This record gives sequence, C-alpha cells and structure tokens, in this order.
Amino acid sequence: MDNIILEMRGITKTFPGVKALDNVSFKVREGEIHALVGENGAGKSTLMKVLSGVYPAGTYDGEIHYDGEARRFSTISDSEDLGIIIIHQELALVPLLSIAENIFLGNEIASNGVIHWPQTFARTQELLKKVGLSESPATLITDIGVGKQQLVEIAKALSKKVRLLILDEPTASLNETDSDALLKLLMEFRTQGMTSIIISHKLNEIRKVADQITILRDGGTVETLDCHSEDIGEDRIIKGMVGRAMEDRYPPREPDIGETLLEVKNWNVFHQQHRDRQFLHDVNFTVRAGEVVGIAGLMGAGRTETAMSLFGKSWGHKITGDVTMRGKPVDVSTIPRAIDAGLAYVTEDRKQLGLVLINNIKENTTLSNLKAVAANGVIDDRKEAKVASDYRSKLRIRSHSIYQETVNLSGGNQQKVVLSKWLFTNPEVLILDEPTRGIDIGAKYEIYSIINQLAAEGKGILMISSEMPELLGTCDRIYVMNEGRIVAELSKAEASQESIMRAIMRSGEKH
Amino acid sequence: MVADTSTQNNKPSIGDYLKNNIREYGLLVALVVIMLFFQFVTNGVLFKPVNITNLVLQNSFIVIMALGMLLIIVAGHIDLSVGSIVAFIGAISAIMLVKWGLPAIIVIPACLIVGGIMGAAQGYWVAYQKIPSFIVTLAGMLVFRGLTYVVLGGRPIGPFPKEFQLLSTGFVPDFLYFLNPAPETIQNMVALVAVIALVGYAIYAGIRDRKINEQHGTENEPFVFFAVQMAVIAAVALFIGFQLATYRGLPNVLIAMAVLIALYTFITTRSTIGRRIYAMGGNVKATKLSGINTERLTFYTFVNMGVLAALAGMIITARLNSATPKAGVGFELDVIAACFIGGASASGGVGKIIGAVIGAFIMGVMNNGMSIMGIGIDYQQLIKGLVLLAAVFFDVYNKNKG
Repeated sequence: MDNIILEMRGITKTFPGVKALDNVSFKVREGEIHALVGENGAGKSTLMKVLSGVYPAGTYDGEIHYDGEARRFSTISDSEDLGIIIIHQELALVPLLSIAENIFLGNEIASNGVIHWPQTFARTQELLKKVGLSESPATLITDIGVGKQQLVEIAKALSKKVRLLILDEPTASLNETDSDALLKLLMEFRTQGMTSIIISHKLNEIRKVADQITILRDGGTVETLDCHSEDIGEDRIIKGMVGRAMEDRYPPREPDIGETLLEVKNWNVFHQQHRDRQFLHDVNFTVRAGEVVGIAGLMGAGRTETAMSLFGKSWGHKITGDVTMRGKPVDVSTIPRAIDAGLAYVTEDRKQLGLVLINNIKENTTLSNLKAVAANGVIDDRKEAKVASDYRSKLRIRSHSIYQETVNLSGGNQQKVVLSKWLFTNPEVLILDEPTRGIDIGAKYEIYSIINQLAAEGKGILMISSEMPELLGTCDRIYVMNEGRIVAELSKAEASQESIMRAIMRSGEKH
Repeated sequence: MVADTSTQNNKPSIGDYLKNNIREYGLLVALVVIMLFFQFVTNGVLFKPVNITNLVLQNSFIVIMALGMLLIIVAGHIDLSVGSIVAFIGAISAIMLVKWGLPAIIVIPACLIVGGIMGAAQGYWVAYQKIPSFIVTLAGMLVFRGLTYVVLGGRPIGPFPKEFQLLSTGFVPDFLYFLNPAPETIQNMVALVAVIALVGYAIYAGIRDRKINEQHGTENEPFVFFAVQMAVIAAVALFIGFQLATYRGLPNVLIAMAVLIALYTFITTRSTIGRRIYAMGGNVKATKLSGINTERLTFYTFVNMGVLAALAGMIITARLNSATPKAGVGFELDVIAACFIGGASASGGVGKIIGAVIGAFIMGVMNNGMSIMGIGIDYQQLIKGLVLLAAVFFDVYNKNKG
C-alpha cells in the first residue's frame, strides 16, 4: 500500500507571462484514491496535462517518476501505454456513434483495418458490466444521460488496461445519485488495486472517497493531507485552498420580503422532442420581492425546463398555464415579451447559452438591452462603455478592461458578465440556473453576495441548484421538484438535506 | 491561464499592438505590395487613368456583393446563389427595358425589389425552416440559373437604352470646371476636389476620434500606426483621384460603391442590427436567449444580399449592354473569396467590411494585372486559389500562435 506509484518533483510550467505551476511536488501511493483540490486556476488541470503528456517533456521543468522510473512523455499515447489514462472534464465522446464504437475509437479490434464487430460488442459488454451499465453496446451516446456517458468514459479507460486513472471534475455535471454511483465505482476499483487521482470542487465527495488530499494554490503545492491519520473537515480543506479560514461560506442576509412578484399557475409543458409526452405537470409557484426561492431536485426533475419554458417558451411545446407579475397577467410567449414582463433567465450553460465568447465584456453586457444604449438603431459607444464599466466594477469582474474577450475570463468572471447582461435589462425576477456551477469557492461567495444584494434591492430570485448546501445556505424558501412536478414546498426552518431527499423519495414511490 | 489584472488600460506596447492587429495591417500592406508589383511588371499600365477607371468598373459589382456577403458570412451562413441572381436580374431588366420599353426609373427599383424577394425566398428556408444555407442557396443557384434560361429563351437580349447604361458607364459631370487650374492635364475637377475633401475629412475624423478616445480613456492605436496608415491611404487615394481627374472623372459606379461601403461600415460598427448579426454569428443560441429575434435577423440578412446582388446584376448588364443566360457564372466564388481574404471567419461572428472591400480589390487587381500581362485564365484561377489559401492560412497561423 505504501508503494509510491507516481512522484512528480519540482514541476514548473510557464505560459507566456504566467507561471502556471511553480515547483510543484505531488506523490501518489499505489492503490489509493488521491484527491487534487484547489481553486480554479490553481494549476490542477495543468499539472495533470503535464503528467499525461499533453504538454510534452521539455516544455516544463521537473521530473516525473512513475512505477519506479523517471519518465519523459512526449505524447498522450506515451503515458497511455503505461496505463495512465485521463478523463477530461469535457467528455471526449462522439455523440452519434455507439457506445461500442466510442470505447474502441482509435483502438479498434480489427485485422487489416476491418473491424471485428462480434468481438467488439462482446468486449464492450464485459466493460459495461464492470462499470455497472446495462445499456446495449449499440446504443448511441446521444441517447444516454451525462451520468452514463461518464461511465462509458471510464469503461473506455478500462479497455486500455488502466493503472492510474485521472478524473477531472467527474461529477461536475452529475446529480447526486449518479455521483454516488461513480464514487462507489472508484472505491470498488480501489479494492482491485487501481490507483485514481480525482480533481473535484465537491468537498463532501472528496471526504467520502479520498485517502489523501493534495491542495494546490496559485500554482504551488500547499500541503498533502492524510485522511486516515486525522479527520479532515471541509473547513480544513477550504482553509488550505483559499489561504484563510472561511468561517461562513454563505454571506449573512436579513431577508426583507415584500409583495408577490411572479406567480405561475397550472404550468403544463410537453417534451421538446418527444412531443406527446407531458413533461411538466401542474407546476405552481410564487416568488416575492426580496425573496430568494430555491428549486431543488435531481437531474431531469424538470427544473431547467420549468425555467426555460417560462422564459419565452425556450423549451418544450404545448405550453399552458397562467403567469402573473404583481398580480397582473403577463405575456411570456416569446423571449422579448418575457424580458418586457420583467423576467431574466441566467442559464446553467454560460458558454453555450449565456455568452458570445468571441465578443468582449462590453458587447455581452449590453446584448439583451441594446436599445438602452442606442438611439434610432445607432449605438452610443460612450454610453455603452460606461454601462459595461459600471457593471464591471459593481460586480467586480476581474479583467484588464471591458474590451477583453469573454472567452479569456475565468468561470466566475464569465458568470458575472452573464449576470451583468441580465441586470441591465432591469428585471423584477431573476431565474438563476446553477449560478455557481464550475466556479471556485471565492467566486461563489461573491455570487452569493450579489444575490443577497439583488434581493435587498427588492428583486425576486428563483434559484435552481443541484448543490443542496448552496440552496440551504442562500434560500428563504425551497420548492422540491421531481419528475416534472413540484412535490414539496419547504420553509427555511423545515428545509434540510434530509427533508429534501425525503420529499423526492416519497414522490418517487407515489408515481 | 489568464492574468487576472484589474488595472485598466495597460498601455500596450507597439509590438503587442502590431501582433494583435497584424491581420488588418497585413491586408493593407498586401494590397499595396500587389499593386506595386503589377505596376512594375506591366510597365506602368496598371495605374494608367484608363486602367484605373476599368479596375473600378470591373470590380464594383464584386465589392457591392461582398458587402452583403460579409454580413451573411458573419451571421454564420453562406450564399452561393448570387451569381445566378445577377443573371436573372439582368434577364428581367432586359425584358422590361428592351421588350416592354419601360423607363429605367421604374425598372431599377423593380429589379431591386425582385432581388429582395429572391433573397427572401431563400432566407425563409434558412431562417425559419433551419435548412443549412449552403443547401438552400445551392438550390437557389440552380433554380435562378434555370429561370434565367427560361425567361431569356436561351438567347441574349440587348442593346439597352442609354439611360440604363449610365448606371455603369456614366461619369459625374464636371460642374466645378471653373475651378480648374490646369485644364490641359486635368479633365475633371470634381474628381480631384472630391478626393481631396474626402482625404481631408478622413484625417480630421481620425484625429477627432483619437482625441475623444483619449478623453474617455479608451485604447488608441499607437500614433505611428495611425500616421503611417493615414499617409498610405491618403497617398493612394490622392494618386488615384488625380489619375481619374486626368481622364473622365469619377464613374457613377464609384460613387455608388463608396456610399455603400460607408453605409455598411456604419451598419456593422455602429448600429444595433450590425451588433446583433455579429453576436448571432458568434453564438446563435446565446443571442436568441438574450431576447433577439435571430430568425428575423437571418431572414433580413438574406433579403439584403438579394437586393445588393440585384444592384450588381444591373450594373453588370448595363456594362455588357446585353443580358445573357451565362452572366455572372462563378461570381459567388469571387465574392466569397473576397470576404475570406478580408479576414472573415467561416464559422461566423468575425469579419469587417473594409476587409472584404480590400479583399475584393486584391482579387480585382490580380485579375486585371494578370490579364494585362497576358496570363491565361487557367493560371489566373490557379494563382487566385493559392492566394485565397495563403490568406486564410495566415489567419489560422496567427490565431494558433496567439
């Protein structure tokens, strides 16, 4: 058990103008699950790219010892040949190919270029069994959920005789059930002697599975904690990550709740693709001024679909129901009308749906409300720049100017640009869909502070999140959704992880 | 990794500035180098007044269509049908003018409207039915070419009435002749005065913008670049203006082209419509979710292309003085090439009007120069193809390096 399988010594990697890794040391014992944590930009992914040969030997300083020997990987296949397999955050699966085809892509079971299908399918079946998937090998990737796709990635790694499995944020887009299944799988692999490195922001998961935790901060190693010699709490890890104790992860707030702003009644929606399947059933909810309302639920419960169908029918069809704002019926049948009615929807997928990444901060900030900085269709540059600068300083967007392209911003700053865009439409109710997904703890705190401030200004906030602690920490009231229905409404006093899960489970039994 | 600096307006060094804007300066330098090259190898024929006039007349329609095509490409689409629209508009203008004897004053707007309808007919499928523009306009290219044969019955129609020919062969009359200081060399005073006034205004506006930028703390390009760029543009413009003045003055087409270039530059850089087209090309889903009617925007981008193609079609027909079923074959490729040489991105969201215009002139000068040199059409095509590839490679190379 105390065999060191991997040791990285004095790794230094510089990009033009930035030292991404500065003399990092990293030691992994054979057969353990080793967690690598740190804020975004701390250098976790860069370190793993050095290890896997994405950055070839020679482009960094330092040594890599693997399996007792010094190694110099110049391509990814060099490291893969030795059993080091990395599964990146963005899954590398081809959506329109089958599971079997994806697993053996580039590594086909073939003779003279002719694929041996029966063998491919049989091998795939074996691998799928190992990761606990019961899908047919011929199923297309696009037809299975993200959780299962993640498992296919792992099956693919297994097909390559993996010894050291590296997972970069494997559970970032998974719901709790899928995450648990994945973590259980990792623990099972551990009993079979496989070594894993897991990069994650979800500290509760790390506590569950990790044997050791290495913390990186600003491109350097802070410390390595042994989870078996002491009980490591989340606060202990956070302290290492941010360099200071964060007493409270959620800024305090005095709720001052006013009249009802948004009220949605009998909201029924059919599925976007499977057009005869009803997806949302009689959804009812309200959001009041100055109130932060949460929607909890598992992946696929219909939370995002509720928000998007409400926001100008962006999702679904045959949408029926009543929407009122301050008691008056409003028309939300198109996005411009929904915006006029006082709604704003901050998407969960800021890169695909939130930002025009090749445009700069200024252009993204004003996109939803260009009219406000234009006269007769002509944009007033000064006015626009002023608006963007104001939001940049108000939301503390870190960039060298408002002319920086948003593609170059960190996740937290990108999210703030999306928020700026919607704040500039001056909405009464903001729907925030996973507002802190994939952003680091420091930036999360800032986002929570912004939410609090908006509530204090009298806006209504509807917040969708898969992280229950986040909902419990920020919301005044929480709706629980399951299978397209609202199954519970919990006040702040009633809400807890247990009560939310209980509501979900109970409703599952009923239907 | 991004350096998270919150300090505003780090003054970029001249080297950085050049690196970030190498595409634009590179394009301008390329045009000047190509012009000088052909001026040299053609023994000075290229810059002869009559040839400059020809260059303008020959390329005006490519430039005019490139304006619309740039918007289409920035929006994330492509239009392969413009060559066929040119032919069809030529055909119906011939029928209206020659066969029916309608006056040009009615025919010209009617043709623009028909062009708009042709663009709309394609835009509908692209915008509302979500059929890829490549397929829709490929269909349009075949349909409109077929329609041209149908309406012409396979035979050319011509000649055209004088008033219509003025579209492409007319010149601005010399109403400033009394100012002329040297009537033996200068034939047309208006051309000279117009060009001097334009250059003067450009320098004034440039300096004014820099001042305003300074007051508001916005980045300016380094003064050296501004000065050199202005000097080059002014020198080229004054030279061409002088040459034109010694011949027949400013062609009507040049005026139309200049007005359109100015208009479309304004639309792309200053108007809300332009901004939205760029945003849509960059990320159509995010733009739609921002409350912008992306379908309507796409639709009108195609309508606009149809109108500009119709204008180009009339100019060409008037110039050839005959409507033939084979007019405009392959024009779409020249127009698209001009946009890509000018730095537009095939994936949408990126591209400038001035780039497309310079791209069109690079193609035009090469066509013209190689023709003067007597290079066959075969090698001309080959060389143009390589220039297109080189220009786009230059883009990709810079992007990967940066």
